[in-house]
Amino acid sequence: MININVDMEKCQHYGQCVYEAPDIFSLNADDKLEFVATADDSRRHDVQSAVDVCPMQAISIVD
Amino acid sequence: MSQNVVIVGASIGGLRTAEALRNCGYTNHITVIGEEVHAPYNRPPLSKEVLAKEVSHGAVAFPLRPHIDDVTWHLGDAAVSVDLDAQFVTTASGKTFPFDGLVIASGLRPRVLDLPNGNVSGRHTVRTLDDAIALRAELAPGVKVVVAGAGFIGCELAATARQLGCEVTNVAIDSFPMVRPLGDQFAAELQRRHESHGVNFRLKHGIKDVTGSGSISGVILDDDEFLEATVLVEAISSHCNVEWLANTTIDITNGVLADSALRAITTEGNPVQGVHVVGDLARFANPLFDNVPRRIEHWNIPIETGKRVGAVLTAYLAGDENFDALASQAFTPLPSFWSDQYRMKIQGFGMPGLADSYELVDGDISDDLVMAYYRNDELIGVVGIGMTGVMVKYRKQLLGD
Repeated sequence: MININVDMEKCQHYGQCVYEAPDIFSLNADDKLEFVATADDSRRHDVQSAVDVCPMQAISIVD
Repeated sequence: MSQNVVIVGASIGGLRTAEALRNCGYTNHITVIGEEVHAPYNRPPLSKEVLAKEVSHGAVAFPLRPHIDDVTWHLGDAAVSVDLDAQFVTTASGKTFPFDGLVIASGLRPRVLDLPNGNVSGRHTVRTLDDAIALRAELAPGVKVVVAGAGFIGCELAATARQLGCEVTNVAIDSFPMVRPLGDQFAAELQRRHESHGVNFRLKHGIKDVTGSGSISGVILDDDEFLEATVLVEAISSHCNVEWLANTTIDITNGVLADSALRAITTEGNPVQGVHVVGDLARFANPLFDNVPRRIEHWNIPIETGKRVGAVLTAYLAGDENFDALASQAFTPLPSFWSDQYRMKIQGFGMPGLADSYELVDGDISDDLVMAYYRNDELIGVVGIGMTGVMVKYRKQLLGD
């Protein structure tokens, strides 16, 4: 399993991560980011892509 | 057999390329040469969030992932020339770096105004961390600031300076702020919003000179209007850092010409094997739009080009039998950009600057909105303020999904 952390102080809800891993990251009805905090190892690649594209660099994978 | 990849440029493009090389299975040496002393950091916040708070390397540094622990970082020493036949790069300090694969990721630097009395302090650009630190030290309540240039960065800097309590005038030759990508209607509305926050505009004007001896005391416009100012921030356009390639056969007219594998192209039109370009220097055709090679100065381009080069260069260096097939695959990154001004989150996809028409497709021009951009009646870009969720379907349409 991987643990996913989003620094909500940094997050500006741009939603770039949603395009990379839509099963992990989503925007709610108010366009605010929501995410699941753990994922299977098989999702690591897409979550890493989400980490990479975040304009605010707010996402991290905590091993 | 020991191989070397040399990456010239230690910003996001160089970093993402190094990561991609490792992800794709390249296990030999990687050396990254960077002109700045800093390890890779995120530049966009330097004109917005980070400038508004405290500018430090820690606030913007990219985390370095363990799988690139063995990359050699040669920082604080710019590449000054390259010999493509003998395959080595020379730096300002005289060191040489032999390579089997070369990645050109040297990026851009700000262009500054050519002013007769320009040799005064108080002139700033914002590209590097050190630039932002120097500017931040001058931005205090009541300080009179002139921002030259009304593109995204100029407008972000104007907004940030205003939020820090400065008196801000934005001078630009354009008819509206950010008009070139956004069109008149959207840009006029953004001007209105900036003005409601207290930014003054002098549009359709250039800067002729500055006054002051030692430090700047004001700015003289092309119609001789005088604007008192102790800070001039220049955000007008950029130069490509390609001088170190000047003695090669590579086509360096406006960035570095590249093919779909992001191989550098010579002036005779041939790809240079093992030499690739990433980031905002890369001038490549994007079949999502047309076959015209363009440089794209948007956030996701160094990431996308870095991944592409990582894959292609790994295959090339391994002598992979599928290399030709991989190299000829279409490369179609969707440009993605954003801008933060006051509480507005402006986000865009595609190439709105190429549009011949636009239409407000959601929201309200004076509130959150989505503007769609068309060329020959085909969607070519979309830009929104807020409404992130609505943007999803237009992004899909741009990708042809």
